[in-house]
Amino acid sequence: MKRTSLFAVVLAVIAAAGCTVQDATPPSSGTAPTTKTPGGGNSEPASTGAAVAVEGEIKIDGSSTVFPVSQAMAEEFQKIHPKTQVVVGESGTGGGFKKFSAGEIDINDASRPITEAEAKACEEKGIKYVGFKVCIDGLSVLVNPQNEFAKVLTTDQLKQIWQPNSTVKTWKDVNPEWPAEPIKLYGPGTASGTFDYFTEVINGKAKQSRTDYLPSEDDNVLVKGIAGDKYALGYFGFAYYSENKDSLKLISIAKGSDPAAAVTPSIETIRSGEYSPLSRPLYVYVTAPALKRPVVQEFMRYYLNAGQKLVSEVGYIELDKPTLEEQVKLLEDTIAGLK
Amino acid sequence: MSLGFDIPADDLAKRHRKERVFEWICLSALWAGVVILGILVLGTTYQAWGWLDWQFLTSWDSRKPAEAGLLAPLWGSFWILTLTALFTIPVGLGAAVYLEEYSSDTWMRRIIQVNLSNLAGVPSIVYGILGMTVFVRAFGIFGSEGKKLVIELGITQWTIPLPFGRCVVSGALTLTLLVLPTVIVAAQEALRGIPASIRHASLALGATKWQTIRHQVIPAALPGILTGVILAMSRAMGEAAPLILIGALTYVAFAPGRIDSLDDVFKDPGAILNAPFDTFSALPIQVFSWISRPKAGFQHVSAAGIIVLLVVLITMNSVAIYARQRFRTKLKW
Repeated sequence: MKRTSLFAVVLAVIAAAGCTVQDATPPSSGTAPTTKTPGGGNSEPASTGAAVAVEGEIKIDGSSTVFPVSQAMAEEFQKIHPKTQVVVGESGTGGGFKKFSAGEIDINDASRPITEAEAKACEEKGIKYVGFKVCIDGLSVLVNPQNEFAKVLTTDQLKQIWQPNSTVKTWKDVNPEWPAEPIKLYGPGTASGTFDYFTEVINGKAKQSRTDYLPSEDDNVLVKGIAGDKYALGYFGFAYYSENKDSLKLISIAKGSDPAAAVTPSIETIRSGEYSPLSRPLYVYVTAPALKRPVVQEFMRYYLNAGQKLVSEVGYIELDKPTLEEQVKLLEDTIAGLK
Repeated sequence: MSLGFDIPADDLAKRHRKERVFEWICLSALWAGVVILGILVLGTTYQAWGWLDWQFLTSWDSRKPAEAGLLAPLWGSFWILTLTALFTIPVGLGAAVYLEEYSSDTWMRRIIQVNLSNLAGVPSIVYGILGMTVFVRAFGIFGSEGKKLVIELGITQWTIPLPFGRCVVSGALTLTLLVLPTVIVAAQEALRGIPASIRHASLALGATKWQTIRHQVIPAALPGILTGVILAMSRAMGEAAPLILIGALTYVAFAPGRIDSLDDVFKDPGAILNAPFDTFSALPIQVFSWISRPKAGFQHVSAAGIIVLLVVLITMNSVAIYARQRFRTKLKW
């Protein structure tokens, strides 16, 4: 008897349930955002965001370098708009673009501009997008303050020091005028985005580096190591230098082989791009369908306005004012153009 | 007295020395594992000390190490595990019962058997790729826009996205594929361990094959089956690679279906149906993400996460041992 009754229940459920298959709008189909945006949309970029109530889900993925920025934005944005859910993944810039072009995510974090192949993949799937610069990542090369001889290094010299199977053992190996003291190397561990970036621009290929240096994922360990070792050399994010100016000495970097072209990193030279190649802008890419949704519009407004204060907190450098204004204008123009 | 050959005294001493060396090698082999595990656990506990508190267990993730918590991955792992068990147990048990009790020894069965053993050794990332193609994208047959299957249930509406996308169900189905071979093989072994006399007695009394399996064989094999299932679940719990591919996230500030208290269940019971189609994070993935974050405090947060994961795994394995003991002593033939 039991079996028959169970069967009847299943039948009843199926009969009662009206099944319909609908077209979904990707990627966040489950939650329909309510439209409560201000009339013009671009009349006044909501700088606080508190005035506009939005709800819905935003899916972000991509670079682990940009992750801390997007995570901080998501965290604060959700405090202002409790009915929103912003999720952030970190499958890498390339991995993120794969999901981006498949329409699975709304926003992709990128530590480099989109490549031609990736742009083509988006085009083939009919996914339009727009990219924004959101902040700047700068790397600094540092030595001990007691180091009197090293002031400038060229990228060629850096490559000589850091390339795989490097023969550099003493400072004299880098420059014959320098003392024959062993050079002690400090750098980020292989899991770090900083490591990827440094090895890519200096050694020519990401993750290719000599391995006989002292690695640490914790930049504070590197700071302490260099500060306590007269013949040390290391590199890490500029933000950590600015917090430890007294115990470290900054090296000016020249692109190529001519030391005369050296530029000392500072917030200004990093912002202007003059300090090259060890500074780079970071991007977020947003799909057009996502940008039609008020919740994504508000999130991007927050990202480029009020949220910018979080950039330095997580260790990156804010964009200069004209560039930031350009990005805001690009955002508002794009939103207006989508209507 | 003569043994017919001589045993020189120094030879005896030499053999005893060899004996001691061998024993010592075996002992150090045993301790190598224990010591390494001890160092790992102690080191992690030391790092996690002071970070593993109530706030850590009840907060969402944050950019600030002191405010970060693992509520989201706890909920994510809970849903993943529940669904994986729900899919794995009937399929795994069904397949094992058929293979052991019904099928005859044909070439087909032998091929399946060999493949089951092979599948148990396939790297988990391969299952991740499979799950990505089949469950997350469904080969793209629903178009780039995707479809929604809406089922009206009277009190609530059940919306199933097609393809499933990067959600709990995709993760659970992938992990199901991953652990199924292990569960089937374990269940088969448990069934094989039941003496044929039990089956014969039952059949002789006029019971059908189904009645015999249902009332005699499965209850007798239950301890073994249960152990296999729980061990498979702990493996699913610790897997990170396939879930990263499926698209588990590292920053989520809500539980699947937005259910994080009993109140939410009463307010909107329909959310339970929709939770499996929500985005998620999972314990091993969150731990991995924390380790790679630059801020110093996250090393401690990550260690605290590892301790929680370890405690959950040890609890699950203890339950497996307890279940085996308890059901075994209850059996009387």
